[in-house]
Order: sequence, then structure tokens, then C-alpha cells
Amino acid sequence: MSKIPGDLRYTKSHEWLRTLPDGSIEIGISDHAQAALGDLVFVEVPEAGRTLSAGDACAVVESVKAASDVYSPVGGEVIAGNDQLATKPELINADPYGQGWILRMRPTGDRGGAELLDATAYAAEVAAAG
Amino acid sequence: MKRTPLYDQHVAAGARIVDFGGWDMPVAYGSQIEEHHAVRRDAGMFDVSHMCTVDLRGAGARALLMRLLANDVGRLTAPGKALYSCMLRPDGGVIDDLIVYFLDERWFRLVVNAGTADKDLAWIRERAKEIGVAVVPRRDLAMIAVQGPNARMKTAALLPEACRAQAAALGIFSATPCDEWFVARTGYTGEDGYEIVLPAEEAPALWQSLQAAGVAPCGLGARDTLRLEAGMNLYGSDMDESVSPLESGLAWTVVLEGTRDFIGKEALEAQRAAGLARKLVGLLLQERGVLRAHQRVVVEGGGQGEVTSGTFSPTLERSIALARVPAATATSVSVDIRGRLLPARVVKPPFARNGKIMIEL
Repeated sequence: MSKIPGDLRYTKSHEWLRTLPDGSIEIGISDHAQAALGDLVFVEVPEAGRTLSAGDACAVVESVKAASDVYSPVGGEVIAGNDQLATKPELINADPYGQGWILRMRPTGDRGGAELLDATAYAAEVAAAG
Repeated sequence: MKRTPLYDQHVAAGARIVDFGGWDMPVAYGSQIEEHHAVRRDAGMFDVSHMCTVDLRGAGARALLMRLLANDVGRLTAPGKALYSCMLRPDGGVIDDLIVYFLDERWFRLVVNAGTADKDLAWIRERAKEIGVAVVPRRDLAMIAVQGPNARMKTAALLPEACRAQAAALGIFSATPCDEWFVARTGYTGEDGYEIVLPAEEAPALWQSLQAAGVAPCGLGARDTLRLEAGMNLYGSDMDESVSPLESGLAWTVVLEGTRDFIGKEALEAQRAAGLARKLVGLLLQERGVLRAHQRVVVEGGGQGEVTSGTFSPTLERSIALARVPAATATSVSVDIRGRLLPARVVKPPFARNGKIMIEL
């Protein structure tokens, strides 16, 4: 079964969020999402300085099978995209919650009404989707 | 949903199962890319029991196939030889592509696609009854493809005693029946290997012994990237009833010369005389990204085309595709990938075969 760390928050579209000690936010895709996509072969991350609104498509993850957009669950300014993914997209498969992070941002407080789930609620969401 | 005799093996191995034309089939057991490399570098196996083996029995079998197939079955003179061909509608559209094995003058064996098997059988039977040939689909049989540079070596000792010597002596694109088994040196990956047809109830034991011999189970995902690298068409994607083999990169499988009259010949001759409007080519993406089926191909000053199959090539570590484009298309095109036009080079497939990259990167 897929891993769902208890200290992160999640979206129904399978992104995860981690709040870092300095108040910035790290975003990636869940273990369930990487398993469903299969081997990732190409990742496009946003550039630092880009301003995102909640719900904006902020990255593209492509596997052998399909291309998917990654949506920013909150609004803010991009501090960094994970440049390592340009040459090692498989980091997302191997370590989706660690080295496979996709972007870091400074949130502006724009939640866009999107619902953030805790690990228990996300696990229920994944189970319901089969 | 239909299941092959190996379904339980796939589930036990943790395969991700998908609906493939009404069949529950494994798309990958773990990493699809590792499965792909196993076949290019060592040995992998595929459950292809969803494909339909069809026996044609009777003295008129050869005459029937001479009429039904665009390739010339008259070329099959030595028992065991195989031939790849399209089966056409009168207007030249492709009903299916298949492999035909000549076993003796009263027995030819076809292997047809899973998704087209029912319509193929109806089409073949309609013409067989005039000639008095029996058309026998063999749903009692399973099929395992073992492919890769070490495939034959790893398989050799696992074949029944009766098959071993004949299988070891097989030339490329040849087959041998041995008791209830049938071993062919054919495949859909661009690597050496066998396709083994055997009684359904014996398939799980062979699958397990192959796995114990170090042959990696591979799913339909790796099968697709391997065949695309090898420049082999997929029916339903690269060609179907709306296009002819001449517009599908398959002119090499069509024999128009001579007096043999096959279904679709007249239409192909007319198409050739009028000049072909489109052709199927290989594409190599020049930037990062992944080519995928149905993306729009833009030819500078020369119209548009469409990607028919596209993927990330694990061997080339670049994206490759087959695309149907205007006949005048030269050496470079652009492809609309998610709203951006990216440059791609037109190349002649295969992209990779026998473990080697076959085009200039």
C-alpha cells in the first residue's frame, strides 16, 4: 500500500504540502500518484520568482504512460523548483516525499477555497478511489 | 472481462492490471523501464495469450491466404516459415495485421490481434467456406513470448524434450510444432527470442520455470515501448481500416507484382498510380518532452499530420514516435505538445534493435 506520512497535508488531486520551519511550503506528489503514473521520464518545474494563485498548474510530470499537471494548492511566490528532477525525474518514484519534492514557495495566504486533507482523510480518499 | 491462463500469476506478482481490449492484462509488474531494459539486455517474457491463434486446415488453405493477404504466401515454401502480412478490405483499408506460419499444405497457422479476433474470424470464415477450409480459433492455447539476447539460451532447457532439438535449430522467422506445443523464433520487440504456443493448462508451470531461470516478467507497457523502438506498427494506432498499408510504412509487406489477385489489390494499385498523399515516418524529438498519440504534427509549408504512436524511449533516453504526415515531408517538423510547438527530426525506423541504437541521435 502507498505511504502517506502523518506530518504532511494533501489535496484530492494528489499533491502533498510540507510547512518548513521558516514558514515556506514544499510541494510534491504523493506516493499513490507516482505509483499510478509509473516511471517518470520528464518533469517541468516552475522558475523561482513566479507568482502562483491557488489552483494554478505549476508543474508537469510525465511518465512513460501519461502527462499530468501538478496544481499549486495555495497561492504564493516560487522560491525554487527542484532542478535535480531535470536529469533525475525518477527521484519522484524513488522518494516522492523527500528528494522528489517539486517546488518550494512563500505562501501569500491564498487558499483559494481548496480543501487540504490530513493523512487520515487522504488515505480514505485514496481507498475510495480504489 | 476476459482473463488469460496466466492471470493468477500476474496478480500474485503484484502486476498493475488494466483493461486491454476487454482483457485483464498486466501493464507492468514494477518499473516498466527496467522491464524494457531486461529485454534489450538480457531476457524478459510477456503473456500474449490474449492474441488469437487460428488454424486453417484443408487443401485450399494456401489458395485462401493468397487471396486474403497482401503479402504473398507463395513465398512460404519451407515448412515452418513465417510471414508478416496485412489483411485488407476491398478498398485497401487494413482489417488486421498478422503472422502466418506455413506448417504443411493442409495446415497454416495465423496469430491475429486480440481486439480484432472476432471480426477477423468472421471475415476469414466467409471466404473459407467457398474453398472448404476449416477455420479453427485455438482458445485452448496460451502464448508466452520470451525475448532478449539471452532468451533462447534461458528457455532451451525448459522446453519439452520433444521440442528441444528442433527449437535450437530454428532459423529467424521460423517455427516448429512439437506435440501440443509450437515454438516460433518470432517476436514484437526487435530482439531475438521465442514465441511459445502451448496448452493453456501447462502455461503457469512454464511461466514459473522461466522466472526461476532469470527471465523477467514484463507487461504490456514495456511491450509497447520495445515494439515502437523496433519500428513495428501497432494495429488500431498506426493503422486501421481507414488507411492502406502503403500509407502505413508497410509497403514492404505488400506484393503487387505478378498475377496473384488479393482482396484490396486493385485499390492499392489505384492509390499508387494516383500518388500517395501521406506516409508514416519516425520522429525523434529534439527537446525534452514526450511525444504521444494524436499530437498534431506541423510541416513547414506543407500541411499537417498526426502522431500515431509516441513514447519515451528507454534505450535512446529521448522521445520517439511514429507519425502520419504529408508525403512531401522532408527532414524536420514541429509537434504540438500541450500547446507548444517543439522541433522533431524525421528519421527512418527502427530506432533500436538487438540492443543497439539504430539512428543518429
